[in-house]
Order: sequence, then structure tokens, then C-alpha cells
Amino acid sequence: MSFSIYKYASPMTFYGLAGRLIPWFAWGAGILAALGLYIAFFMAPTDFQQGEAYRVIFIHVPAAWMAMFIYLVMAFWSAVGLAWNTRLSFMMSRALAPTGAVFAFLSLWTGSLWGKPMWGAWWVWDARLTSSLILLFLYVGIMALWSAIDDRRRSDKAGALLILVGAINVPIIYFSVKWWNTLHQGASISLMKAPSMATIMLTGMLVMAIAAWFYSIAVALARVRGIILERERQTEWVKELLEKS
Amino acid sequence: MHWASWSAFWAMGGYGFYVWGSYGAVFLFILVEIILLRRGQKETLKRLKRMRNWEDQ
Repeated sequence: MSFSIYKYASPMTFYGLAGRLIPWFAWGAGILAALGLYIAFFMAPTDFQQGEAYRVIFIHVPAAWMAMFIYLVMAFWSAVGLAWNTRLSFMMSRALAPTGAVFAFLSLWTGSLWGKPMWGAWWVWDARLTSSLILLFLYVGIMALWSAIDDRRRSDKAGALLILVGAINVPIIYFSVKWWNTLHQGASISLMKAPSMATIMLTGMLVMAIAAWFYSIAVALARVRGIILERERQTEWVKELLEKS
Repeated sequence: MHWASWSAFWAMGGYGFYVWGSYGAVFLFILVEIILLRRGQKETLKRLKRMRNWEDQ
């Protein structure tokens, strides 16, 4: 018997696999969040410029990263779905969208609450903030488009197309602080140079970011299971499963 | 320990409103997302079962 990852492209096998994975990611997210919050509030020192207000970054940055990353994952699944017409790909991008929208909103909300004491403004129309707002609108627009088209295949394809077109916004968000003069500060962390922040602050932020990853995976897997059941309800395995439960 | 007292912790050096307003919103959204997801799943199962029973008749 050979192991094949293609096996998991079938909604039936993936349904079972997702069910087994959810508790691991959910517990992982909980434990990492507890650890991250402990570092954020009890180990990280007061910032010499921003005082205690800087502690917002421990959720602001992970939320903003997650909002962008989830969008890229949705774009990946949309491309796969359009190219090979795989059922599960479209379901995956549907399962991710609400969580992406939540993180996009939270990045704006926490950013606003950080901006007020630091910049003296809840909101400014600089490139970083504006492109982040567009990301939230994209998420909302995609979900609205899905629910506006009754025919499932057309709805999937239209959504995938919008997701792919909107993907151009993600590099714009990321590089906005370089390309334009923004009130928003530049990146403190990049792959090219050493991070410009204290190690303990960086550790707390990374732990919170991994917690956000685990949370997103757990929630998306749980959501995709519901979508699989809904879409495969005419198949024998779902009928059997409904009888057993 | 970083904080002199619990009240110092909650005050966040005068930035309590901003810090707890951020963390509170994150906590609330995550809680609501989990609750909605669980409820949605139960409703999906119930609805699919009902449809199935209806088809059998």
C-alpha cells in the first residue's frame, strides 16, 4: 500500500482527516496564546518610546500578517480550483474567508487603538492603512459575491476570479511602507536584516503569530467540514454518516 | 515581576483603554467566531438529517 497525498484531495477522506487534526491545532493555539500573552504582559519590558501602549503590537502584527496570509492561501486555492476544477479547493477558500475578514478587521481596530495615543489620530489615509482597509472590503466583497450567485459552480468561479484579481493588493500592503511615505512605521522584521526590536518582544510577537496560525487552521478545518457535508449530501458516505450520528 | 500592583497592570501606564480595547476586541471576535461556527455545524447536521428523512418518505 502506498501513501498518496492525492487521496486527501477527496472530500470524503479529507473530512475525516480534518476532524482528527482540529483538536491538535485548537489546543496548540490555546497553549501558544497563553504563553504569548504571558510574554507580552509579564516578560516584555516597557517600551522606552511608546510606554505600555506598544503592547498592542502583540496582537496587531499577528492579526495583520494573518489577514494577508489567509488571503494568499485563498488565492492559491482559487488558482488550483480554476486550473484543475478540484472540488475541495473552492471549499477551502470559502472556509478561510470569514476568518480572514475577522483578522483584517482586527488589524484595523487594534491599529486604530494604537494610532490614537501614538499619532494622535484614530485614522489617517496613508498607503498602509488604506490598502489594509481595501483588504477588508475585498474579504467582504468576496463573501457577498459568493452568496449573491445561486449556481454553485458559477459562484465558485466568480469568487475565485475576484480573489485572484484582488491578490495584487497583498504586495501593495506589504511594500506600502517602502513605496510611499507613510505615517505607519516601516517593517521591524524582515528576512533580509536583523529585526529592529528587543528579542523578548520579538519572541512574544512570533509566539502570538504562530498561535494565530494554529487558530486559523483549526477554525478553517472546522468550517470546511460543514461545507463538505453540505456539498456532498447526495453521496453515500454522507448519508451513512448522517445515519450514524 | 514587571508590575507593582494589579491596578498598575490594568492601568497600563495610562494606556489601559487602548491596550484593553484592543485585546478585548480580539477576544470577543474569536469567541463569537467559535460560537457561530459550532452553532452552524449543529444546524447543518440537523438540516441535512431532516432533508434525508424527508427524502425517505
